[in-house]
Amino acid sequence: MSALRILVPVKRVIDYAVKPRVNKAMTGVETAGVKHSMNPFDELSVEESVRIREKKRAPGGVEDICAISAGPAKAADVLRTAMAMGADRGVHVELRDGEELEPLAAAKVLREAVRRQRSNLVILGKQSIDDDAAQTGQMLAGLLGWPQATQASAVEFGEGDTVTVTKEVDGGAETVRAKLPMVITTDLRLNEPRYASLPNIMKAKKKKLEKVSLADYGLQSDSRLKVLKVTEPPARKGGDKVEDVGGLVAKLKELGAL
Amino acid sequence: MFPAVRRAVAWHGSRAIGAAPALSSRAFAKSRLLSTLAVLEQRDGKLNAGSLSAFTAAKKLGGTIHGFIAGGSVSAAAQEAAKVEGVEKIIFVENAAYEKGLPENYAPLLVENIKKGGYTHIISGHTAFGKSLMPRIAALLDTQQISDITAIESESTFVRPIYAGNAIATVESSDSVKVVTIRGTAFAAETPGSGSAVIDEGVDPKAEALSEWVSEELAKSDRPDLATAKRVVSGGRGLKSKEDFDNIMLPLADSLGAAVGASRAAVDSGYADNSLQVGQTGKVVAPELYMAVGISGAIQHLAGMKDSKVIAAINKDADAPIFQVADVGLVGDLFEKVPEFTEKVRSS
Repeated sequence: MSALRILVPVKRVIDYAVKPRVNKAMTGVETAGVKHSMNPFDELSVEESVRIREKKRAPGGVEDICAISAGPAKAADVLRTAMAMGADRGVHVELRDGEELEPLAAAKVLREAVRRQRSNLVILGKQSIDDDAAQTGQMLAGLLGWPQATQASAVEFGEGDTVTVTKEVDGGAETVRAKLPMVITTDLRLNEPRYASLPNIMKAKKKKLEKVSLADYGLQSDSRLKVLKVTEPPARKGGDKVEDVGGLVAKLKELGAL
Repeated sequence: MFPAVRRAVAWHGSRAIGAAPALSSRAFAKSRLLSTLAVLEQRDGKLNAGSLSAFTAAKKLGGTIHGFIAGGSVSAAAQEAAKVEGVEKIIFVENAAYEKGLPENYAPLLVENIKKGGYTHIISGHTAFGKSLMPRIAALLDTQQISDITAIESESTFVRPIYAGNAIATVESSDSVKVVTIRGTAFAAETPGSGSAVIDEGVDPKAEALSEWVSEELAKSDRPDLATAKRVVSGGRGLKSKEDFDNIMLPLADSLGAAVGASRAAVDSGYADNSLQVGQTGKVVAPELYMAVGISGAIQHLAGMKDSKVIAAINKDADAPIFQVADVGLVGDLFEKVPEFTEKVRSS
């Protein structure tokens, strides 16, 4: 059984509890001065990687957990968070301010990282809560020619490099099995991410954080989609409150819903 | 039609009228080259009717439309899909290796058939199947997929919600092949009619299966399917326990002929099954009536239901955010109000 070398991609996004506002120029969402944090699904990826090591779930053991993020200077913050949660190292693919990778470009960055880090398991979030694309993990698996298990709610390791993953699908759950190397994307039910403790946050500051550019990876910025405009969704006008159940039934009939 | 779609169409319409003389001949020349492959889903040889939404989207694009279906025994499903009007061809591949839609061998299969057919657009639903498969195909074709679209403005311009539906982005693709997944609630599924598409066997590259399907556990229910139900009743943390959830929500659902949904809080607390979750990370629904019971209305939940035609809310907290989007709200104890409501609906 191979020892696991886990690559954990993490993304810095607007905090899930913040209600995003479209900017005045209608070119995107206002990000200046807005609280950012690690994409919640990526926290699950980091947590799962660390648990695999702590609970000794993989017969071959865990040799390395490397967190990686592509983004502006501040993306280093989420890498430090990942290291405070238990990742061994970080790789920061530095982008210019305002530059963003589309999922295909991100998958190409990760393909290169997998080669350089000799990773045999990549655990990604199932989607990032900003773009909501839900593509990067599947694209990476396609580019590498590796098996994939998306929306994982349980991951088990067996003999002979086999990994059994329970996936959340429409209407229930599905279980698939594949061999390392592979790509897994996490769903909410997979685990409950830990909070980084203060001593661990301090320790994380000493862990290695490698900075690279797209050019170092032999890649360049490649945007296939042009955002023509970003608008607020049509506002729903909240209706009236009714006094009692009779009023509710009457109002629903009036609205044609009953 | 839903607000986002209606607005986008209206916007496109007004622009097209202004620019009509210059654009029309070019648009026509392009549309002759446009050809779409709709990827259809099946289970045990039965066509997933919801996946026919891909044809609806394909028709909005114009151009020729083909459908694709693969699995262990798909000829009946292919024949059914062939009855959808306006579809020219259904390509089928019958091989048990594709029955479970494993992306590792299904993606190469689809890519071979896409290359053979020379399609400009590949469309599938943004379902568990489409989400797992389509990005892998896009990567193999070196194209940037456009996910979960709610409207089509032109052959290269699409509208999709981002940030849990808090913003709507209009994006233009420069890729020669557009891989698109669609939000089912924004494109009503075509129904098989009197069409007579040619049914043709596709190429089968017989790619190696890198993964193996082990088992599945599907929640059984006699109630309507959550994603396509006309009415949905959804319960939240306010239900307090699984017993209460079942005692309160199930009779309510049955009185309305509705599907049952749940908030993440209810699912996490074990009141309801995961597959019932409505929201950014669960199902997106847009029924005629959405009834939120004991749900506060966090943005992640609203992302999954705010395109519903009529939203009704019952909550004891008069300041709950759900009331800001609800067409009609009732402030009160759900343990009293819901059974009373259920009784009134039943007797009327």
